[in-house]
Amino acid sequence: MPATQEAGIFDESALVAKAREGDLAAFNELVNSYSRKIFRLAKHITQNDEDAEDVLQETFLKAFEHLGDFQGQSKFYTWIVRIAVNESLMKLRKRKSDRSVPLDEPVDTGEDTVVREIAVWDENPEQQYSREELGQILDEAVQGLRPAFRTVFVLRDIEELSTEETAEALGISVPAVKSRLLRARLQLREKLTRFFKRKGDDVFAYM
Amino acid sequence: MLTCKEFLQELNDYLDETGDIELRRRIESHITQCPNCFVILDTTKKTIQVYKGVLPQTLPPDVHSRLLKAVERKCTEKKLRAGLPGIQH
Repeated sequence: MPATQEAGIFDESALVAKAREGDLAAFNELVNSYSRKIFRLAKHITQNDEDAEDVLQETFLKAFEHLGDFQGQSKFYTWIVRIAVNESLMKLRKRKSDRSVPLDEPVDTGEDTVVREIAVWDENPEQQYSREELGQILDEAVQGLRPAFRTVFVLRDIEELSTEETAEALGISVPAVKSRLLRARLQLREKLTRFFKRKGDDVFAYM
Repeated sequence: MLTCKEFLQELNDYLDETGDIELRRRIESHITQCPNCFVILDTTKKTIQVYKGVLPQTLPPDVHSRLLKAVERKCTEKKLRAGLPGIQH
């Protein structure tokens, strides 16, 4: 392989090419690179360890099976994220068989950007809680979001995909990603303020 | 000057540093005059930071080994279907 400044990208496409020819070791390198992220993503959407493991396996098995369909126009990671998101949403739909969980639900009502709770936070709010307590607070706050918002927040702010990659992975528009992310962030801010606000202060304490 | 509603609409671009310089200037000017929006900006920024900082990136070892075994089985099936020889490690 020729030396290139984009060695990381080059390596990934080389691994995908080898895996496409049936090289299991190359595919396992891709699995090892992305399995933790895919598991975390699936766990955030399904909110359940068992479902997350099913999603993880299904994602890589489908990717392996359909490697021939991967065109290489997007990153391999974005491609498998899209598979993982679809598998996760199928799990949610199965669990709530009486309610659909559409990704394209109409969400642009504007009501979700209403800010109710405005209070200054402690300087380091995470230090008020143990690691477990903090993890539980953060998880419960994310669980309280609607799936359409939760999924965008997880991809953008936890998995750190770009707006465009998130749009591609979810099959929605860039403005839809932006709008849902804003609502998700504001709703989480609102929920976390209840735990992290500085006691006995009013808003002007900052000024 | 931006209204509070306009500030909220532009908040993401400011936080993600995707807005232009003029937008940043208008937002910074707004928050020096609007304590509520200053707090919203600060606590939204902290919300994002606290999620980035805490969530673990671990995969239980048994989950990982079951995944690799499942992939190996799929590889064998695929090769059998294609009439190819066994797994190429």
